[in-house]
Amino acid sequence: MALQAIAFYLMAVVTVAAGIAVVSARNPVHSVLFLILAFFSAAGLFVLMGAEFLAMLLVVVYVGAVAVLFLFVVMMLDVDFAQLRQGFARYLPLGGLIAAVLAAEMVFVSATVANRGAAAANDTPLASGAAAADVTNAEAIGRVLYTDYIYFFQAAGLVLLVAMIGAIVLTLRHKPGVRRQLVADQVLRSPKTGMRTVSLKPGQGIDQ
Amino acid sequence: MIGLPHYLAVAAILFTIGVFGIFVNRKNIIVILMSIELILLGVNINLVAFSVYLHNVVGQIFAMFVLTVAAAEAAVGLAILVTFFRNRGDISVDDASMMKG
Repeated sequence: MALQAIAFYLMAVVTVAAGIAVVSARNPVHSVLFLILAFFSAAGLFVLMGAEFLAMLLVVVYVGAVAVLFLFVVMMLDVDFAQLRQGFARYLPLGGLIAAVLAAEMVFVSATVANRGAAAANDTPLASGAAAADVTNAEAIGRVLYTDYIYFFQAAGLVLLVAMIGAIVLTLRHKPGVRRQLVADQVLRSPKTGMRTVSLKPGQGIDQ
Repeated sequence: MIGLPHYLAVAAILFTIGVFGIFVNRKNIIVILMSIELILLGVNINLVAFSVYLHNVVGQIFAMFVLTVAAAEAAVGLAILVTFFRNRGDISVDDASMMKG
């Protein structure tokens, strides 16, 4: 139990510190790297709770895809980032005040819910649901996801497809002056359109 | 003994950091997008913590859907950012009023 507490506090502190570093780092590349650290330690928190499947999903999807996407975009854009930080000091007092109020409210409410709500009766985490203790976390998720939530699952796939097509359409650019292969034109080309016979008198050239 | 309130507190603090990041980085849209990711991470921790302590696996499925939507949002947001940068040459969102909306 003591080991679990040490692990929790370590990962919670690292997550929060990395989150603060994300929003306050001078260099956006450092922000992205701290974001990766925050996701990693949040995945550690998930493992601690017993939700291994979501922890691995977090590492694969966020660290492997989203954070690398951020890194690519940050490094691709040639922007003066110092100029973008101008308002930082000006908004700091108001933002800090609102953040403090929000944090106090949310911690208060969540502590109340945790102590008085429906979850207060269970003091042991059980990530696979109450049905059977020998079911692994991934199996428990699969059993529910592919039965009761199958339409939501497919809708999530549709969301990803639309996002993928949208991202491609938004960033695709046709440079003027670059000759590209037109596959449709090549396929539609037939002897009738690609060739013509000219009757030619001897000694004269072809005038177009 | 680590219980539900501890996880909820971490989630609340992460959410707050995300909101704070949006406040103080008003011009830098890349950091705003990362702050939104932090907010969604806080929400996910909340969902998973409640799922685990209510002994109900549905919360983790909801967290998975939040993850999906967050990934899609990041992809589309960054694509819009790249297009915006190409059109204007910088990413300052303070004077993004081309469409006079």
